[in-house]
Amino acid sequence: MPHGSSAHRFAKALRKVPGRVAIMTALLTVPFPASPALAGSSAKAGPGAEYGSYPSTYKPLPSRETAIVNASILTAAGALIEHGTIVMRQGRILAVGKDVPVPAGAVTIDGTGKWVTPGVIDAHSHLGVFPAPAVKGQVDLNENVAPNTAEVWAEHAIWPQDPNFDRVRAGGVTSMLILPGSSNLFGGRGVAIKNVPALTAQAMKFPGAPYDLKMACGENPKSRYGSRGRSPATRMGNVAGYRKAWIDAADYLRKWDAYNEKTARGEDAAPPKRDLALETLAGVLKGEILVQNHCYRADEMATMIDLSKEFGYRITAFHHATEAYKVAGLLAANGICVATWADHWGFKMEAYDAIEENAAILAKAGVCVVMHSDSAERAQRLNVQAAIALAAGRRAGIDIPKTEAVKWFTAYPARIMGVADRTGTLEPGKMADVVMWNHDPFSIYAIAEKVFIDGALVFDADDPATQHRSDFELGQPAGDL
Amino acid sequence: MFCKWIYTAGTAAALALAGSAQAETIAIINAHIVTPGPVGDVPEGTVLIEGDRIAAAGANVAVPASAHVIDAKGAPVTPGLIAVDTMLGLKEVSSVSGTTDNHTTSPGISAALDVQYGLNPDSTMIPIARLGGITRAVAMPDYDDSDKQRHLAFAGQAAMISLEEGPDILFKPRIGMVLEMGEHGAQRAGGSRAAEIIRLRMLFDALQHRKQRGKADTGGTGLSAADLEALRPVASGAMPLIVSVHSAPDIRQALKLARDYRLKIVLNGAEEAWRAAPEIASAHVPVMLTPPSNMPSSFELLGATLHNAAMLNKAGVEIAITGNDPTHSVRDMRFNAGIAVSRGLPYAAAIEAITLTPARMFGLDGQLGSIAPGKIADIVIWDGDPLEPLSGPTAIFVAGKVQPMTSRQRELRDRYLEPAP
Repeated sequence: MPHGSSAHRFAKALRKVPGRVAIMTALLTVPFPASPALAGSSAKAGPGAEYGSYPSTYKPLPSRETAIVNASILTAAGALIEHGTIVMRQGRILAVGKDVPVPAGAVTIDGTGKWVTPGVIDAHSHLGVFPAPAVKGQVDLNENVAPNTAEVWAEHAIWPQDPNFDRVRAGGVTSMLILPGSSNLFGGRGVAIKNVPALTAQAMKFPGAPYDLKMACGENPKSRYGSRGRSPATRMGNVAGYRKAWIDAADYLRKWDAYNEKTARGEDAAPPKRDLALETLAGVLKGEILVQNHCYRADEMATMIDLSKEFGYRITAFHHATEAYKVAGLLAANGICVATWADHWGFKMEAYDAIEENAAILAKAGVCVVMHSDSAERAQRLNVQAAIALAAGRRAGIDIPKTEAVKWFTAYPARIMGVADRTGTLEPGKMADVVMWNHDPFSIYAIAEKVFIDGALVFDADDPATQHRSDFELGQPAGDL
Repeated sequence: MFCKWIYTAGTAAALALAGSAQAETIAIINAHIVTPGPVGDVPEGTVLIEGDRIAAAGANVAVPASAHVIDAKGAPVTPGLIAVDTMLGLKEVSSVSGTTDNHTTSPGISAALDVQYGLNPDSTMIPIARLGGITRAVAMPDYDDSDKQRHLAFAGQAAMISLEEGPDILFKPRIGMVLEMGEHGAQRAGGSRAAEIIRLRMLFDALQHRKQRGKADTGGTGLSAADLEALRPVASGAMPLIVSVHSAPDIRQALKLARDYRLKIVLNGAEEAWRAAPEIASAHVPVMLTPPSNMPSSFELLGATLHNAAMLNKAGVEIAITGNDPTHSVRDMRFNAGIAVSRGLPYAAAIEAITLTPARMFGLDGQLGSIAPGKIADIVIWDGDPLEPLSGPTAIFVAGKVQPMTSRQRELRDRYLEPAP
């Protein structure tokens, strides 16, 4: 195995991190409804993650039993299998390995010279809410009329005809976390989706995935509202705004707890009035909704960690986090992942200290690193982002093996979206979200040749008939994907 | 060995030695020379640098005894990359207006804006871009979009800059005039593309004295005397007009304008150029483009595709490949060249699109853009394929001077490489 010794060193580094096991357990034991029918049940009493949600109607597309043979397979579960075979059956991965028999009747794809990875997962996307064309009438990214809009949900605005869904699918993206923007302290709920062609957001909604709350630090909220003569105008105001909201959320939760206790005792009680914003925040305090926190500066991340401890919630990931490398130990100790870019920097002061080695330094410290896009263009090549970050690490003497770096755009984004038990690695039983590349995915020349979602071939570079194009692009001068 | 010193590219010792060897003779031996031009691809060659120039390059180059020798050990050696459509030296932090000198709202200064006077050689972006193998860049002005008047017809004049360490980064001023057409150009002309073109036609009619009666009418562009003076070389066809334009219909209008007034133009952006490739080729108009720009983000980008670069090359159009933005992501230009290769652009054409073609677009190919005797010694030694993210430069020479392999980002890296206990 190439980079064997560094892989070992890396695994050791991960083991040393206190709290690592605890995070994974915490993420995996969040009580997900198991089926689309349950997801979105509005029958539950009280505030919570699923309360008031509109159900996922996602159904895996028709698939045929398929085997890719003789490929270099990066499982994102630690292995690089040379001359390996992967078999997909009924939407699931049936087997992966060197000596896996190809079932009779399976569609067999010659993977000679090809590479196979899990489907790419983008844990920071605005597709559908900031769609193309991004023209008047189309943009639904920020409900930027108040600093706390925890009541809005991205899924209520996703435009499934965003032509960029098709483009990122051609780049191998099989799942995404669609987040509201970062103008507000609390931007609203994000939603995990599967990147299938669909007519409704409900039909894309990742069945059983937890919800997310988008929070934002720093320049965006303070400049948005400070320039309008209202709080927050400073980072002080930002933190005061978070604290006020969490105090309200804790109070709201107590009212519902009291109500639930009374009704459990058989007493008559009037339910508290629902409050959409507090419902979402309460969902975070109950551990059901994952916090995805836009935050660039090291010092602000430390403050946000203190804030989370003050109110008893977990931060799942800091996003962008261009200074995370300065506090790698703190993030590792608190089990917080970092979703970042490889080399995006300098567009504002809080991004001035971004370095290409951010991911590698974090990885070395045992932080789980996610290459995110925040753009439809970057999302088409998250593998290249990983390659840039990997190369920077190598130049600095941090030799992370590809078997680990592949997790930056597969297994770890699945983890921070709370779906790591279902997708993100190539292991038997998982969703057959799979990409076959024509080259090593860490090469600039790599193209996603075949993309499978739940075992269904949703993009084939050689077969235009498989290449879905949005309604918007019909009758327009669109070029090839 | 007959040489005074031998060292390997990429070692700190080599750089220190070479640093003290300015204006002396440097021989890069065992080089895999990758360059456009007659030297071509030489799997095992030597590049000889004397002072600021390339003295010789090829398979059979005699190395003088006095030369400092760098053993490239078979690594690729290319011309320094030339970035087009940048604001290097004109901007530091995008959101901090005190650090941005790439545009103005001054009503009397449109075409007259000359970026050579706003260059900041201390910008941290310069060494950061240089570590991406970039040794020269076209620094271009743009428009201030916060200016709701949008009265500026032209953004101003571009300069070729050098990315060398030191106080003087200006290489050649006034190499091109920047004009934005398409949707944004139309907005500056009151909201209609037709109005913008009428305005431009009135302007060039006046500058070329095509209309005899009465005073020259500059079409309400609000251009000052200084602006009109700055536009004279454009009107005479001496200075390229760098036209930012996206859709195929707008590209055709730009070509027609250039034909009618015999202007030398360069198309910039040109995401739908593939739809007008034969016309662009027959007009001998070069194109600056960004291969990953494939999203229908506006109605003038509906035809944007990853295949644009390859299709234009196939049609015989000269292309230069940019980074992902004009500032902080300029260094990604080599990856963008690789992306174009992944979609069918021949490798040699991709290398040319980031070296010689940008030089040729501005008439500087006699001095820059390839490894050839007599040219300025802008040279990069790489540890692998220069288009691959997993590769990077190990040594960079600008005008024969070895450059430090440091930047503010590298210093931040080194400060935080070992985590705090």
